[in-house]
Amino acid sequence: MTQKVLLNSKEVNIILNRLACQLIEKHLDFSDTVLVGIQPRGTFLAERLKELLEKEYNTPEITIGYLDITFFRDDFRRTDKPLEANKTKINFIVENKKVIFIDDVLFTGRSIRSALTAIQSFGRPSEIELLVLIDRRFSRNLPIQPDYRGRQVDAINNEKVKVNWKENEGEDGVFLINNNQ
Amino acid sequence: MSELSVNHLLGIKYINKNDIDLIFETADHFKEVINRPIKKVPSLRDITIANIFFENSTRTKLSFELAQKRLSADVISFSAAQSSVKKGETLIDTVNNILSMKVDMVVMRHANPGAAYFLSKNVKASIVNAGDGAHEHPTQALLDSYSIRERLGDVAGKKVVIVGDILHSRVALSNIYALKMQGAEVKVCGPKTLIPRYIESLGVTVEPNLRKALEWCDVANMLRVQNERLDVNYFPSTREYAQQYGLDKTLLDSLNKEIVIMHPGPINRGVEITSEVADSQQSVILNQVENGVAIRMAVIYLLASKIQ
Repeated sequence: MTQKVLLNSKEVNIILNRLACQLIEKHLDFSDTVLVGIQPRGTFLAERLKELLEKEYNTPEITIGYLDITFFRDDFRRTDKPLEANKTKINFIVENKKVIFIDDVLFTGRSIRSALTAIQSFGRPSEIELLVLIDRRFSRNLPIQPDYRGRQVDAINNEKVKVNWKENEGEDGVFLINNNQ
Repeated sequence: MSELSVNHLLGIKYINKNDIDLIFETADHFKEVINRPIKKVPSLRDITIANIFFENSTRTKLSFELAQKRLSADVISFSAAQSSVKKGETLIDTVNNILSMKVDMVVMRHANPGAAYFLSKNVKASIVNAGDGAHEHPTQALLDSYSIRERLGDVAGKKVVIVGDILHSRVALSNIYALKMQGAEVKVCGPKTLIPRYIESLGVTVEPNLRKALEWCDVANMLRVQNERLDVNYFPSTREYAQQYGLDKTLLDSLNKEIVIMHPGPINRGVEITSEVADSQQSVILNQVENGVAIRMAVIYLLASKIQ
């Protein structure tokens, strides 16, 4: 197994600030906008952006939720590993809101397809955007593209892109892992 | 998430503590789902389930059907009165005919103990026991334990008394297995004629006096008097049963502590418990019904994930 650093902690921080600024340019005070972190790993990015926007850019308190897509996935009974559910925490109405899905890595697009179905259980948003830290180009199974991306990465299918967060792994960083070498 | 150790849910006796924990953890997620504005998930859209009820049932059948529909499974149902069983067809033939229509899972209630086990050995489908005679009713026991966990935080260490017709009750037997497996202390209470002789071998004690049992317990599970299963008179009269083993507000208030009141339903109001008790703050009867859907969703979801 080989591991290559794609982004170090400083670079992750710069990208987070850029993404926060892009969100402000589009959504201003976030009065009609909610952030929805896709479980499990998108929630770290969503929380980090919320904190940045509120503390560094003085945005009023931003509504945030976590969406678990397990029961909406299209690979139930098609994988060797049982699907593991996480907690959904959406304590607000999404009807007519602008929803921003937030995930760490965009790969095949199937998780986002599931999330688009899952969010309908909470109402009909006026629009949905997608923000990802890493966009794995050339590996999409579905016609889904991000509205905001931190870094575009070219990786072959047996490579894995792993995002570490300081809250969970002790330090921010993005790694390209190849299991074949 | 791990997976269930079994391919069928035939009884609590056949599963282990890890299975119960997994079912509860999955039910937590489904409880959140059924409180959403849109209470449906598409997980089981390629699964077909047959509900075969050879015995009357209202709440269990409805609860299973709702659970299956909320998971987007295709559901077919029939009851014995409308089936070819009345024409003399055997159980295996009936079920195999249904399975020929590409059914993946069978939820069955039957009057004979062991019917679900027998079916699991003879047909190729995942079987869920929705009650087999006086043997087991595993999903009821699971939802009862889940409701205790929800109200009291944990099942381990809690004192539970099961009151009433223990002899004929599949709910009592499944509950004893489930509660003991999770570390609860269990007593049974009822007329001596309705307490099986072997009961203490299951690790429970017998307390013939209802007041003493209630003073001891944290949870009282009041069973229905199953008149349909009483082939001889096990107690002199319903009125006398209600006086000795019925729970009313006066008795409840005299305990000087709050206990949790459970009942698997349907309630004979004024016999096992009075209306005042059934509708009191201490009663979790309606929570049991709500939790029943989440538990059955969890069981069906976890079993479906093992269907090849």
